[in-house]
Amino acid sequence: MTEGKKKTTVKTSPKEKNTEEMVTVFIMGKAHKVPSKATIMGAIEYAGYQIKRGAGCREGFCGACATVYRLPGDYKIYTGLACTTLVEEGMWLSQLPALPAQKAIYDINKVKPDVTAFQKFYPEVFRCVSCNTCTKSCPQDLEVMDYVQAAIRGDIGKVMDLSFDCICCGMCAIRCPAEIVQFNVGLLAKRLYGKYLNPKSKQLDKRIKEIRDKKYHKGYLELMKMDKKKLEKEYYARDSEA
Amino acid sequence: MYPEYMHPSLKKVEQTRNKRFELAKSGKPVFPPMSAEERDTVLHKFHPDYKSDARRKVHIGPNKGEVITSEVADILESHSRIDPSLFDLSSPDYETDILIIGGGGAGCAAAITAMQEGSKSVVSTKLRLGDANSMMSQGGMQAATSVTDTPTRHYLDAIGGGHFDNKPELVRALTEDGPEIVKWLENLGVVWDKDDEGNLQLLHGGGTSRRRMHSCRDYTGAVILRTLMDEVRNHPDKITYLEFMPTVELILDSKGRVAGGILYNMETEEYFTVKANATIIATGGYGRLHIRGFDTTNHYGATADGLIMAYRAGARLLYMDSVQYHPTGAVFPEQIAGFLITEKIRGAGGQPVNKEGELFVFPREPRDVESSAIIRECYEKMMGIKTPSGRLGVWLDSPLIEMLQEEGYINKQFPAMHRQFIHYGIDITKEPMLVYPSLHYQNGGIEINDKCETNLPGLFVAGEASGGVHGRNRLMGNSVLDYNVFGRRAGLNAAAYIKSVKLGPLSLQHVSDYEKALKDAKIKTNRIAPVLLPSYTPENVRKRQLTSHYEGTLR
Repeated sequence: MTEGKKKTTVKTSPKEKNTEEMVTVFIMGKAHKVPSKATIMGAIEYAGYQIKRGAGCREGFCGACATVYRLPGDYKIYTGLACTTLVEEGMWLSQLPALPAQKAIYDINKVKPDVTAFQKFYPEVFRCVSCNTCTKSCPQDLEVMDYVQAAIRGDIGKVMDLSFDCICCGMCAIRCPAEIVQFNVGLLAKRLYGKYLNPKSKQLDKRIKEIRDKKYHKGYLELMKMDKKKLEKEYYARDSEA
Repeated sequence: MYPEYMHPSLKKVEQTRNKRFELAKSGKPVFPPMSAEERDTVLHKFHPDYKSDARRKVHIGPNKGEVITSEVADILESHSRIDPSLFDLSSPDYETDILIIGGGGAGCAAAITAMQEGSKSVVSTKLRLGDANSMMSQGGMQAATSVTDTPTRHYLDAIGGGHFDNKPELVRALTEDGPEIVKWLENLGVVWDKDDEGNLQLLHGGGTSRRRMHSCRDYTGAVILRTLMDEVRNHPDKITYLEFMPTVELILDSKGRVAGGILYNMETEEYFTVKANATIIATGGYGRLHIRGFDTTNHYGATADGLIMAYRAGARLLYMDSVQYHPTGAVFPEQIAGFLITEKIRGAGGQPVNKEGELFVFPREPRDVESSAIIRECYEKMMGIKTPSGRLGVWLDSPLIEMLQEEGYINKQFPAMHRQFIHYGIDITKEPMLVYPSLHYQNGGIEINDKCETNLPGLFVAGEASGGVHGRNRLMGNSVLDYNVFGRRAGLNAAAYIKSVKLGPLSLQHVSDYEKALKDAKIKTNRIAPVLLPSYTPENVRKRQLTSHYEGTLR
């Protein structure tokens, strides 16, 4: 076989083999035997659930599959993404289908890139009690509390940098005793940084002006007129930058 | 952690690394790029599209008689989810200027642009707003912004990569709008990778002759799409988005103009009607159809819904005979099989090598060529590495990047990739990744012109659902650009189009006609499309799902 796997095989589900080691997990309280190497998402599907809410990109980018779980003999509540977290024996898990979170409405063209942005749109950040629960609940291992503190100081660049890899799963917001919606704070900071604080490229403006002045119009017309043979010749003869 | 039996091969990769490092530093290609003939040979022999049963004839609809990808032909030859006779179209549940089907990158860009033009829209999306392939693109977005580059050079790279089948007007739109899109996104708040002077960081991608890949670390798609989504959410008075409410059929008016759609609430299982003066399809691609059994890099909802509803309404498809396999999907560990390993890894100097640690292909061939070369290395030359479950793959040497760039580069530039593997005890700054091609992109789609118009008045298409922009093979970084360029153009042109539209009575006659065409062609099937979601329910569970009839929403 020179190709993919059989049609029935599934990305996040483990291969079905009788010899496979199994564990018992409790999906929303109901016990299921699932392969020990399965991801939580693979286990849910292996058990027979058709997911509607709770799966998105399935690769750790979208935050749709936020899951909370506990482990036997352990008082702690854990958080993870179902698509990238592996099951464990005795795991008791539940996905969060959606979570309520306030999102401020703003005109990005009128927001100032400093501490007033947070004072105006997310004043709850100033209620942060530095308990660090947000950081501990982040499946991306981001320094969430540190960026909330940076927001309080009005350090937009720091908020941008520390929240850059945020996937907006909402685990921080649902655990926060100060009821902050951290991921929306991070998003506002990123937009402010990108728009106002990231140094501008002069070359980009120059290129846009060239295009508006129709500098490439003639070149395009020539290329668009070429038949395949001529194009092929041009293409394979072109030089390449290192 | 890699199993022990792989260690000798890993050792060889380590041993050849210095030699390959010197080669890369020399500035010359590390492996001779293929000529046109060599490309042709490897594609015909190893690309999955060329397998004898990969394509078949479609028997009904606008492309009747054409040979296309078999799985696509299957969904085109399938029944509607609805019985048109049950719908009263005289009093629609929603009325709006523009119905946008799909809440990914193209849909959001279209909604924002239409809003800026004064048009209201309803965005119908199957999962949540932003649950789309756009969210997952890692490597970057092409645009000819540098001094050494030109938009026409970008044109030549794109059309050559697409085997010269791309529609010229679309490639021009794509490449000429590129720099403007970089600016547009920055004005919305996208944080581009730059140096302290504001110079955009630019890398190569497969098939590019100039560095023109713009990135946001390796969360490029996520940063762009979340910015667009935030902007959509800032305008609740102009943009209404309906989640878990996919559109399942288009509605036409008495003159054959597309005039909205039938929406399905996946949770309550109710149907709703939307009347709109123009409709934009931005439903993305088809990775979750698992063409030829391949794993996919795609998101959960990538089931080509827009294709079938447009086709039923009479829209022409283009290049539906061509499937893109990304050269580097993860193949180990099993749990992340198929996951995208961004091409930016090779853009930054990562090299694919075989089990002996030797280079066997130029690392930045266009995707179809690179994929075919990897398949050849595994299955003809037998130089791949076998995983515990019997899959084959080749190494993608990432530690080399740290030598070529600087220490810490991977953590800074590839945080997502690093995170993905560290879960499984593999540190990609020290060890290579094991990769094999993964189903990635729908090269073709609904045919559009440079205004995103289709052959049906009132129907616009943007993003992966459209066909013609990329010919028969897309280059890296051109899809992120595509959904922004054509998402914007669709919003703009739909907003202009509706100014002169007065719709007649609404109709679903085309759905009934299509059912009749199926019958006339003697196609007997129980397939239903749009597919909406793939099913990963195991066989043993399916066997017990024995409900004999449906009662309300209970089964």
